Amino acid sequence: MNNLSDNLVEIRNLSFRFGTRLICDEVDLDFQRGKVTTIMGPSGTGKTTLLRMIGGQLKPNAGTVKVDGDNVPSLSYAQLYELRKRMGMMFQSGALFTGISVYDNVAFPLREHTRLSESMVRDLVLMKLHAVGLRGARDLMPSELSGGMARRVALARAIALDPMMIMYDEPFTGQDPITVGVIMKLIRMINDTLGLTSIIVSHDVQEVSAISDYIYMLSNGKVVGEGAPDKMWQSDSPWVTQFMKAQPDGPVPFHYPAADMSEELFS
Amino acid sequence: MLGWLQVLGRAGLGFFERLGRGHLFVIRVLAGIPAVLLTPRLVVAQIYSVGVLSLLIIVVSGLNVGMVLGLQMYNTLVDFGAETTLGPVVALSLVRELGPVVAGLLFAGRAGSALTAEIGLMKATEQLSGMEMMAVDPVKRIVAPRFVAGLISMPLLAAMFSAVGILGGYFVGVGLLGIDDGAFWSQMQAKVDLHEDVMNGVIKSVVFGVVISWIAVFEGYDAVPTTEGVSRATTNTVVYASLSVLGLDFVLTALMFGS
Repeated sequence: MNNLSDNLVEIRNLSFRFGTRLICDEVDLDFQRGKVTTIMGPSGTGKTTLLRMIGGQLKPNAGTVKVDGDNVPSLSYAQLYELRKRMGMMFQSGALFTGISVYDNVAFPLREHTRLSESMVRDLVLMKLHAVGLRGARDLMPSELSGGMARRVALARAIALDPMMIMYDEPFTGQDPITVGVIMKLIRMINDTLGLTSIIVSHDVQEVSAISDYIYMLSNGKVVGEGAPDKMWQSDSPWVTQFMKAQPDGPVPFHYPAADMSEELFS
Repeated sequence: MLGWLQVLGRAGLGFFERLGRGHLFVIRVLAGIPAVLLTPRLVVAQIYSVGVLSLLIIVVSGLNVGMVLGLQMYNTLVDFGAETTLGPVVALSLVRELGPVVAGLLFAGRAGSALTAEIGLMKATEQLSGMEMMAVDPVKRIVAPRFVAGLISMPLLAAMFSAVGILGGYFVGVGLLGIDDGAFWSQMQAKVDLHEDVMNGVIKSVVFGVVISWIAVFEGYDAVPTTEGVSRATTNTVVYASLSVLGLDFVLTALMFGS
């Protein structure tokens, strides 16, 4: 067991194909304990797929995904569920249970996995909700929340069991600037105060640069750049430059692959 | 010709693949049932939404079917002076056939579609995925209680349908058309056998309950997680469950009353 390794998650030679499409092509990634690490890349390059493989919801075609020493794809059902109790995940949509209140949503993992008394559950739920600033919203239903609030509740729910790591799937997408600021602050604060490891999947360059310790850039299933945020800005890799500076054309072409235009128009 | 064969082959393969998935899925659901029985409040809540909330349509339909049956049968029986046998005629039609079958069709439409839509939407909104990541198996936590609730509710609803239907027949036959009260009940008592008729009807309703609940939860869990996917799954549930009820009813009737 290499539990004392610096990396909480180690991915080696990971390949995943969906049908005939290669989503991940022999990817190596390390996620250091206590750090915020971000996976960036254009839409559709398998970033969310990577998270799902770390969480064991998808099995890779080849390679290993070690989380705290355990190789996720080869875990048994019971071991996988045991490991997931130590992982938190915030989905893009929040994925709150729509039939129950904010309070019950945050209480859900506690009630499922612990035998704490209701008064203890209440204290914990209020503490977690307070951490994301929504203690006053506990009686609302998910349908009454704004998108940003739903994500904050999802975050409170993800940390309910005090996990060792937390994964964020596109935490900033489609939010107003104030909410983005709030979520940025929460991700960094929760990472540092709870001493956990954060993995973010995102394509919001500015936000990610501000809060990440390390960035991986994926494109077409391969790692095309990696490093601390300031190193990424100075990178001379055309992939990284195109992405960081939001250039419309470059290694990622502006045009979807097509036959030659003169042929199509004049044939 | 070859293209046509390809389409046929692909459709056939798709069908059998899905059938296989459905069977593997029901094994997972069955494996989840012991855990469900330890948390009965989950099942009770589902029995309320699947069973109790279906009561209105079951009772109203049962009453109507019973009353119409009483009226129509009387018109035929009275020609032979056999109108006092209205009791057994109404009771046998309901207990053997109409109770389980019509209740099954209504159950598929009312409760089956709701189950599919609920599970399908939970999938589409990532709630099932979210639950998995919280180390809670959605098949055990969401699907199994609904399946068990359907299993328990369906026979009870069918029994309710038959009972209310017989009352409907009684109101029309005795109340409206003036058949003798005592003859109606005593003939019924004499002609309807507990094992032959009532139990066979109950067996039918149990079988329908299993099949409808199975189709409903599988369609929901297997739905394509989009708006169209959930809508198609809901339609599939009603169509497949109704056809299964009608088909199985013929098979069961042939086995039970054939010889």
